[in-house]
Amino acid sequence: MKFSIQVNEGPYTHQASVSALNFIKAALAAGHEVFRVFFYHDGVNNGTSYTTPPQDDINIANTWSALAKEHDIDLVVCVAAAQRRGIVDEGEAERNKKSGTNIADGFRISGLGQLIEAGIESDRLVVFGD
Amino acid sequence: MSEIKKFCYLNRTAPYGTVYAWESLEVVLIGAAFDQDCSLVFVDDGVYQLLKGQDTTDLGIKNFSPTYSALGDYDIKKIYVEKESLEARGLTVDDLQHLVWEDEDDDWAERDSIILVTKNELAKVIDEQDVVLSF
Repeated sequence: MKFSIQVNEGPYTHQASVSALNFIKAALAAGHEVFRVFFYHDGVNNGTSYTTPPQDDINIANTWSALAKEHDIDLVVCVAAAQRRGIVDEGEAERNKKSGTNIADGFRISGLGQLIEAGIESDRLVVFGD
Repeated sequence: MSEIKKFCYLNRTAPYGTVYAWESLEVVLIGAAFDQDCSLVFVDDGVYQLLKGQDTTDLGIKNFSPTYSALGDYDIKKIYVEKESLEARGLTVDDLQHLVWEDEDDDWAERDSIILVTKNELAKVIDEQDVVLSF
């Protein structure tokens, strides 16, 4: 089955993004496909490379990056939600005159159309949030 | 992408206090461009989103409620509101904005968009959807 995933909450405060990670790992292990993960609301905060938790804590952003690299998963951060919350790639930095970028490896910033497309293209869209 | 799917936007939260309601509406407006079969559902505190006469002056937050009246122009014709959620909050459909769409097959006559449903009827509506986006 082809899944897409929507993540509506940021890391650490809410369980949602770790649950989404666990779901994706289980789905892949069972032979399913993950077409796209779309990060919305505070979920965009999963995609900042500036995340630096204590060493005995999980680094959620790095976990997403590693998963994307290993399984070639499309991690998409909503541009409107990202602009409100300060998630910046090179294009956004140039457009909005920011001094740097913080998008984590394996993530890309794009529009809400990517979420709708994920709903159309996938057999199931699973939403993780409160 | 020629396949038409049934998309349902499930709104459960009050309009202010969290951003879910406003950012849900942003998805609805973008999603309308994809020509899918679109339904909006308002349950629990989500019914407050459709209240008429919203004034956010003292909140210091943008009042986005006028946007709901534009949904008809985006070809959104099915807005389900759960009866039990209204009743539990002492509200009736008269407390909500009068939302309409224009029927091009009938000389652009205005039709009501809001469909009042019971919890059981709503469960059936949601069961018929292909994609449920929950906010």
